[in-house]
Amino acid sequence: MRQTIAEKIFSNHSGKKVYADDYIIVDLDLVMAHDTTCAWAIDPFYQIAKKVWDNSKIFISFDHAYPAPNTQMAKLQTKIRKFAKDQDIPITTDGVCHQLLAERFINPGNLILGADSHTPTGGGLGALTIGVGSTDAAIAMATGKCWFKIPQTIRVNIEGDLPKGTFAKDVILMVAKKFGPEGANYKVLEYGGNTVRSLNVSSRLTITNMSAEMGAKAAIVEPDEKTEKYLKENDRLHAFNKNELKSDFDAKYEDVVEFNVKDLVPLIAQPPDIDNVAVVKEIEKKKIRVDQVFIGSCTNCRIEDLDIVYKIWKGRKLNKNTRVIITPASKKVYLQALIKGYLKFFTEMGSVIGIPGCGPCLGRHGGVLDDNEICVSTSNRNFTGRMGSPRALIYLASPATAASTAITGLITDPRNFL
Amino acid sequence: MNWIFGDNINTDLITPGRYNITTDPKELAKIAFIEYRPEFTNNVKKNDLIIAGSNFGCGSSRETAPIALQVCGIKAIIAKSFARIFYRNCMNQGLLAIIADTKMISSNDKLKIDLKNKRLINLTRRKIIKIEIPDLMIKLHQEGGIVIYIRKYGLKSIPKLFGDN
Repeated sequence: MRQTIAEKIFSNHSGKKVYADDYIIVDLDLVMAHDTTCAWAIDPFYQIAKKVWDNSKIFISFDHAYPAPNTQMAKLQTKIRKFAKDQDIPITTDGVCHQLLAERFINPGNLILGADSHTPTGGGLGALTIGVGSTDAAIAMATGKCWFKIPQTIRVNIEGDLPKGTFAKDVILMVAKKFGPEGANYKVLEYGGNTVRSLNVSSRLTITNMSAEMGAKAAIVEPDEKTEKYLKENDRLHAFNKNELKSDFDAKYEDVVEFNVKDLVPLIAQPPDIDNVAVVKEIEKKKIRVDQVFIGSCTNCRIEDLDIVYKIWKGRKLNKNTRVIITPASKKVYLQALIKGYLKFFTEMGSVIGIPGCGPCLGRHGGVLDDNEICVSTSNRNFTGRMGSPRALIYLASPATAASTAITGLITDPRNFL
Repeated sequence: MNWIFGDNINTDLITPGRYNITTDPKELAKIAFIEYRPEFTNNVKKNDLIIAGSNFGCGSSRETAPIALQVCGIKAIIAKSFARIFYRNCMNQGLLAIIADTKMISSNDKLKIDLKNKRLINLTRRKIIKIEIPDLMIKLHQEGGIVIYIRKYGLKSIPKLFGDN
């Protein structure tokens, strides 16, 4: 029987040919945990093991609140540092875990476990990267293994050229509107079609990242020459077989969903749900005053995103009543922005450059919202209370829409400035 | 009693990120639904149930969400459906996450969970509701979670957990 790419990767890591709905135990290529989930993995880990299975295959990142904004967070980090030292695992503080996994670790065909819900991001490189909780991460750190029920795959074909002012974020908001917060629960979302093929890895990561918001267990884009280029740019060309590492033409999908982007316009997810998606041009009419613009997170703060912000802001002024926080996704992105002169430019424009990491996305530091404040964010969650006060409102949009909003102080269609 | 919730109750509502910075389960129990349902922690009693709509536990992978509810005394969460990481975390913690049609249940209904026959008996309304729960989850609930299970039977015993599924 023919297989999907997900079934192939599960097969390669379990030593037998497997299909959706099979229960299997797999050998993992890497286990990731961060400065919150790792803290909860330590006690269960020592309940069942003394030493990690392979310290070179465990990646710990401090990103959710680093440097520590308060004593409680400092305590969690101290606890993790001790664990990491005892187990001889380095701790990385260079940015959001998912961005670092993409830049440094994920190779096409890998099977990786991450103790964070946005782990599906890595599927943008043609790997299976799956989010779990701390206990599963602890067992994986002890054994290098994890059990799975192989999910069904939904194929999402996206065709057409992206119209002016629309980007990967608008594409995934269009998809989220259709699927809703549960539409891909337990499933693999496999993205294809000429739109996805034409996107670079940076944009593909935006799409796979937000698949978590629809409940997906994993999201994947079959690797191709664009993936090769990305790996090369990140100094780790890894050979992979493009002909092998894709779904067979007659593989069994649970569903195939088709989209065409030829008429796509800039979109925005209104609070508090991911599928509460509206057209920016319509929202613009409501003249919604924005207190904070956040350009950051594992969804949208790679250098390509900052290129767009620069393009929109050049020769213009920002609204004085709107504060802008830009948090590069990683140290690499920070340095790229530095070399391109963006950090100076953005700072002179009046925005604040945050420390590479999660920034204010999860409301723990770096731009927490007050009651009744409104934020336009390039991140992935607009839940009530996500970024601070439960009485604050979060709108999710592309970096272009966020940058345009920073100019006017009102939610603004980026086509006004492109 | 039964704590009634709607659809898409996310982990940011259960244990909000700003408070979710402790590894002390007792401290964690104090933050359950701290903003969304402030009366919850003061009034929740041992063996209370959570009754919810679809996609309960969506959002973050934080295992603090099921742990907080468990430490509060919640015996089971009965929902129309669960988000996958939350569901798996419940399994690992030995907390019952039961799938059932919950729309006719109200807060004062007396409910009896019959795991053996996979049904929920609403004693107040004299109704029997079919439930969905894998044997794996029942087993881990009886053992007190996967960590205790592994300590008892060893790491090699994990495949046995889903042999029957």
